[in-house]
Amino acid sequence: MNGEIIVNVCMGTGGIAAGAEMVMKAFEEEFASAGVENATVQSRCKLHKVGCRGFCAKDVLVDISVGGEVSTYQFIQPEMVKRLVKEHVIGQKPIKEWMAGEDYHVFHDNQTKIILHDLGKINPESIDDYLSVDGYTAARKALTTMTPEEVIVTVKNSGLRGRGGGGFPTGLKWSLCAANEADQRYVICNADEGDPGAFMDRSVVEGNPHAVVEGMIITAYAIGATLGYVYIRAEYPLAVHRLRIALDQAREKGFLGKNLFGGTFDFDIKIKLGAGAFVCGEETALIASIEGERGMPRAKPPFPANKGLWGKPTIINNVETLANVPPIISKGAEWFASYGSEKSKGTKVIALTGKIRNTGLIEIPMGMPLNDIIFKIGGGIEGDKLFKAVQTGGPSGGCIPQQYIDLPVDYEGLKSVGSMMGSGGMVVLDETDCMVNIAKFFLTFTQEESCGKCVPCRIGTKRLLEILTRITEGNGRKGDIELLQELAEDVRDSSLCGLGMSAPNPVISTIKYFRHEYEAHINQKKCPAKVCNKLLTFFIRPDQCVGCGMCAKACSVKAISGELKQPHAIDNSLCIKCGSCYDVCKFNAVIKD
Amino acid sequence: MINLTIDDKKIEAPDGATVLEAARLARIDIPTLCHDPRMKPFGACRLCIVEIGGLPRPVTSCTTPATEGMVVVTTNSKLERLRKTTVELLLSDHPNDCMVCIQAGQCSLQELAYRYGLRENRFKGAVRQHNRVDNNPFIMREQDKCVLCGLCVRVCDEVEGVAAIGFANRGFESDICPPFKKDLDCEFCGQCVAVCPTGALSGKMWAGQPRLEQTRSTETTCTYCGCGCNLTLHTHADKVVRVTSRPDNHNRGWLCVKGRFGYEFIASPERLTTPLIRRQKGGPLEPAGWDETLDLVASRLTAIRDQHGADAVAGLASARCTNEENYLFQKMFRAGIGTNNVDHCARY
Repeated sequence: MNGEIIVNVCMGTGGIAAGAEMVMKAFEEEFASAGVENATVQSRCKLHKVGCRGFCAKDVLVDISVGGEVSTYQFIQPEMVKRLVKEHVIGQKPIKEWMAGEDYHVFHDNQTKIILHDLGKINPESIDDYLSVDGYTAARKALTTMTPEEVIVTVKNSGLRGRGGGGFPTGLKWSLCAANEADQRYVICNADEGDPGAFMDRSVVEGNPHAVVEGMIITAYAIGATLGYVYIRAEYPLAVHRLRIALDQAREKGFLGKNLFGGTFDFDIKIKLGAGAFVCGEETALIASIEGERGMPRAKPPFPANKGLWGKPTIINNVETLANVPPIISKGAEWFASYGSEKSKGTKVIALTGKIRNTGLIEIPMGMPLNDIIFKIGGGIEGDKLFKAVQTGGPSGGCIPQQYIDLPVDYEGLKSVGSMMGSGGMVVLDETDCMVNIAKFFLTFTQEESCGKCVPCRIGTKRLLEILTRITEGNGRKGDIELLQELAEDVRDSSLCGLGMSAPNPVISTIKYFRHEYEAHINQKKCPAKVCNKLLTFFIRPDQCVGCGMCAKACSVKAISGELKQPHAIDNSLCIKCGSCYDVCKFNAVIKD
Repeated sequence: MINLTIDDKKIEAPDGATVLEAARLARIDIPTLCHDPRMKPFGACRLCIVEIGGLPRPVTSCTTPATEGMVVVTTNSKLERLRKTTVELLLSDHPNDCMVCIQAGQCSLQELAYRYGLRENRFKGAVRQHNRVDNNPFIMREQDKCVLCGLCVRVCDEVEGVAAIGFANRGFESDICPPFKKDLDCEFCGQCVAVCPTGALSGKMWAGQPRLEQTRSTETTCTYCGCGCNLTLHTHADKVVRVTSRPDNHNRGWLCVKGRFGYEFIASPERLTTPLIRRQKGGPLEPAGWDETLDLVASRLTAIRDQHGADAVAGLASARCTNEENYLFQKMFRAGIGTNNVDHCARY
């Protein structure tokens, strides 16, 4: 056997969920047992815990490197490890049929990775790994060769804008904060990622926590803060664990604490765990939460940059924004600005989910057409169904229909069609998704997460949800669409914070682009996508039914009758349209219409 | 001073004023529900929204500082539509039982419903349920009438420094309650009751008594302590049925549990209305006139002093007397009787 053997197992949250820990253990055991026959194998193998590489749909992903030759395997389970070690590691014959196919490479080759560049390559629990990819050189450069003003100017010139949703120019925000006379300033990293289906910040903190720490050090130096907080969800235990390790390691190396990099600048970071309130991602609510108060937003102005945590000037930047800072300082504003579109520079990390073949974490240059994201990187719609829409910007974003498939994905592009960048969630919907139901889904979330402070958000979102619910249940009334539109606009225009202002977006955009679906629900009492059960009629095709009786067993109201091995029938006067019979039938004999 | 324009009116407002304060100085009406000038602005009810030149969306005037040259519009069809929707939303989650509500006639929400003519409601739907059970002795809590303006929470925190209640839950089920939803267990100052704009908080002893508009008001001073808070006694058929205090007085309308709820003694049959003298050892206390009583006190005090010396006598007065009364009391003891044995609960 020639050269070093390295096995990299994807240990992101997706990987762990798919069984990566067991796969790792299997490798260790397999090497141990194989080592009895051939001691050199065991002694030459290293096992790395690498972070998320983004392609969660193919987990568990494993790289096996023999003498520098890397092969990537997908869908690896513990029982497959024995053969991998035997044939690939010992026998030097990679197992072709288990290797990642072409779509794995298309998925990666179409991306531009600044934030995710080192994810999946370095061990997030090792500062030496981060140092080996030039980690902390940007902070050293900023603190030892640049003035705070120069740092701010560099970030301003880079065109970096807030990645948490608002898209506010980061450098400008810093300069507004630095301009305040104050005895103390704070920098806060917002890692309270709460959008359903979003895992961008989580993956970055889990896969490369030092990049965030370094970004915070540079931010603190630029604005003159001596203390920073990472506000991170308690539901992200692995991220919190790795962040704690990163902070300890950075302190040991003298990158945090007193006299950073041998200079006169002091800075340290505390971790504050969020308790799971979506609204705490809103910056004033986040500040209230750190201060020990209930996470409720307050009116702005004053803006946190002037009067934030404990009344002191405070910069709140999102994880991804901060992770962009070190490369900007290292490689310069011009390099960063060379990526992206006219007003949106750099890249954006996106959590690609929904009815798409390649779900996962991707990074694209700003301005990439929606089409390329969904059909190139995403590999198109699962099961070759028809693409219907994509919800961007999380629960507060909007649904973008087929006609805008060439839309450039940047702040302005998404806004122009009534959606938003948000933190970068992208949920792809196909022809089997009912748009009224989708609006209802997102409103259910925002309604529950409203902090309850202001009237339009607290009661308005509830009423929107009630109207949507009655439409999906066949009780929609004439005029409901107009009522939804009016109320949605009023909630948007009179709510206190971003949650209420954007919560009606799914309603507004689905009515705008899919009004016919609302009309079908209300006027014809039909759900065109056949999702809203209460609008469907279930029946059994006698020519398909083999009389297995599964449906009758599943029916909780005894609406299905029939002799064994004879076609069954549904009594629609008893049917409660729960859909259980449809789900259990293995012969496609239950039809809903 | 700041110069700004509100509804085409040129206005001068003091430095630091909010848009709402500037408008009110100029007698321009902006509806509010969660605002009280004695507390920090909250911005929750969204009724005081105004349009400000240069800003993309309406903002709350209570939280927005007035600035030089600002141009403000407080009313137009858009703003009135938003306000009306807000009130309609509030009413869609309200019992609307004004006929049997103690606050009828004094209720800010009722006033707004009247102002916007909201007889029908487009948003009828679920309403919050509250069992209205709280076994505390003073404060009636009917949370289903609560509009979550937060005034009670803020007065308890900002003015009393007690924070006995707070917000709980999220979304439509948001609520104001004591910790862990237990019964209210505080000092029952009732400041929360005083600032509640609806009938969500009231005095338990007020239930079924005449509403405020049925009463006669008499301005007076509280007799409980030397603070001398100004009180307004509300009487009906010669009986005090409620005590309030005006925000424009020296105690800014704030009262304690005694001043606010401790008025039943006024009409108590056990109350002393004449001096009582025990004429025989072991005998009963018998009503007497003031002349007889004062003569008796003066002669006994003189006799004791003459026989045992002035220091055999001591005087204890009360902090519930005014400064002037307590001054005269010590003067009588020091100069009249000749002893320094004089004291009261707040000390001389």
